[in-house]
Amino acid sequence: MTASKSPLPASIDDTLALLGANNYVADRALATVVFLALRMQRPLFLEGEAGVGKTEVAKVLATSLKRRLVRLQCYEGLDVASALYEWNYAAQMIAIRIAEAEGSADRKRLSTDVFSEKFLVKRPLLEALSPDPAGPPVLLVDELDRADEAFEAFLLEVLADFQVTIPELGTIRAEHPPIVIVTSNRTREIHDALKRRCLYHWIDYPAFARELAILKARLPGASEKLAREVVAFVQSLRKEDFFKSPGVAETLDWASALVELGAKSLDSSLVGDTLGVVLKYQDDIGRLDKAKIEALLAESRAQLKAAE
Amino acid sequence: MNAAPAVAENIIAFARALRTAGLKLGPGSVVDAVTAVDTAGFTTREDFYWTLHAVLVKRHEDDPVFDSAFRLFWRRRDPNEAILHEMLPIAPVALAEKPGQRRVQEALQESSIKQIPRRQPPQQELTYDMRGTASDLEIFARRDFAQMSAEEIREARRHIAKLPFAREEMPSRRLVQNARGRRIDFRRTLRASLHAGGDLIDLRRRAPGNRRPPLVALLDISGSMSDYSRVTLHFLHALGEARDRISTFLFGTRLTNVTRALKARDPDAALASCSRAANDWSGGTWISSSLHDFNKNWSRRVLAQGATVLLITDGLEREPGEALAREMDRLHRSARRLIWLNPLLRYEGFEAKARGIRAMLPHVDEMRPVHNLESLEELCASLAKLR
Repeated sequence: MTASKSPLPASIDDTLALLGANNYVADRALATVVFLALRMQRPLFLEGEAGVGKTEVAKVLATSLKRRLVRLQCYEGLDVASALYEWNYAAQMIAIRIAEAEGSADRKRLSTDVFSEKFLVKRPLLEALSPDPAGPPVLLVDELDRADEAFEAFLLEVLADFQVTIPELGTIRAEHPPIVIVTSNRTREIHDALKRRCLYHWIDYPAFARELAILKARLPGASEKLAREVVAFVQSLRKEDFFKSPGVAETLDWASALVELGAKSLDSSLVGDTLGVVLKYQDDIGRLDKAKIEALLAESRAQLKAAE
Repeated sequence: MNAAPAVAENIIAFARALRTAGLKLGPGSVVDAVTAVDTAGFTTREDFYWTLHAVLVKRHEDDPVFDSAFRLFWRRRDPNEAILHEMLPIAPVALAEKPGQRRVQEALQESSIKQIPRRQPPQQELTYDMRGTASDLEIFARRDFAQMSAEEIREARRHIAKLPFAREEMPSRRLVQNARGRRIDFRRTLRASLHAGGDLIDLRRRAPGNRRPPLVALLDISGSMSDYSRVTLHFLHALGEARDRISTFLFGTRLTNVTRALKARDPDAALASCSRAANDWSGGTWISSSLHDFNKNWSRRVLAQGATVLLITDGLEREPGEALAREMDRLHRSARRLIWLNPLLRYEGFEAKARGIRAMLPHVDEMRPVHNLESLEELCASLAKLR
């Protein structure tokens, strides 16, 4: 297959281990879809709430496979010039002037000379298609839902055939297809045509055991007691009817905030003081008064007890 | 043209009927159809069907319309049937109602078909003559949907399809060609100067373009709204034809997303699949729980990029209170513009007395009536304006 130095995982278990070795605690469903995406050389489309570790998958894959990470952050108005390629206009102008000064202003030749690879400035998508000694890079197209629909159309060719067409130059095709991860927070629906070309996976909030494993892997400094309490509390928060439930990123932030504060275990005033790390909407914070926090704490402790 | 003139003339009439039924056919397609029949030969019925189909049907959605139209138009007419036809009081069109069929029938009745003599089914006396004078039209536009007969509702639906759905546009960050733009488009500048041999550098410019923000409609289908919800759904279907990025939700006791169902091109098929999707038609209203459901599960998915929200309800809530106000507030803050369409505004002396209405009113940008054609037309004008 590819001439990469670090081999792709050979099985789903391998994939789980690979991600785990880099502190990404994946569940079997995610490991399966990552394994298939790597094997079938298909782009992987990851969707899920904010802060469940979509972007992290790409970062961890790049580190563990020792590939370069090419990241394209999407935003409204993102166009070919900043995503695919751009011509080096200044250099082109100079080339034209020189050609004129030499008196060889053959129009046809001039335009093929000026629009050649020498004057091409590569942007992330084209960069990802270029050969790399470490093996094809990991291309992360982050938060695709932030780009406007016009941009999705540019992506179709890249995702389907791993090639881009530059009108002046022709079609550039990747010798070895990059590993493509597309993420979306689902602030709008991505077009079916794009989804069709990818393997799709919805990353959900992790269950207690896995979230605890994530917290321990990412934050070894937190005490066992605190880690268990934090995870149990966040888990019971997610059962409540909040406008925005806390993600794994919030759990990690909160735990490290509590470690910074030197906390050994949770109590209601500590939770009340640090609530802004976990909940990001005033409506949601307003609904959690002291009594409610006490109730949630009691509930999460009871669940911890029952689990033991 | 070798085809018998009668056949050619019939093909033209057939194409005209299809056009009235909603297919987008130019004169070119009609010429193509005649040429195609000429080329393929006028042989079996099936071949003839597929020959016309190949030329006249450009979209999959038009298949059922074409099929019904073909069956009705190119019916075999044996003498016995003609006699039977004369004797029966009503034209025997007892086929199972398929989507698009009604439109086809209406279209066929409208077009003048000379070669096949058809007896018009005895038209019911209309309570109202639509094709009357300008002032009649004006009165019709002001007529309440709730007081219209089935026939008049059909007429109203035809009017709705012709409403001027201007596009709402807001500035985008994407740059497009613009001769008076502020930024230089280097790529086009360089290409243009190469065309001229590289001697002249004629600056090309670009500027931010426009984009169309999404539209989200939340339509109340409870019992108190039943006179208006179907007409409004028809309006939303027509609106969806005219502009992209429209999501539609129905709610009574629960929330149903019918965006995909409404995408069907044929209005009858779209409305039928909407009816199948929602099974709380003409029941009670739980506005606040439906809005809660929307806010929690959908608002982030469909309200980004500056959406306009049309909330179509009379605001008669079973359990008005704090929760309703909170959900309205949340909805208002997630949307760029929240328009409440309330059929109760048809009453001159409407006052916000019901508790549900009082709870909702502070959280909307504007409240408009939605009970007749005139109000729908005003809504279209208001939607086109950018706020």
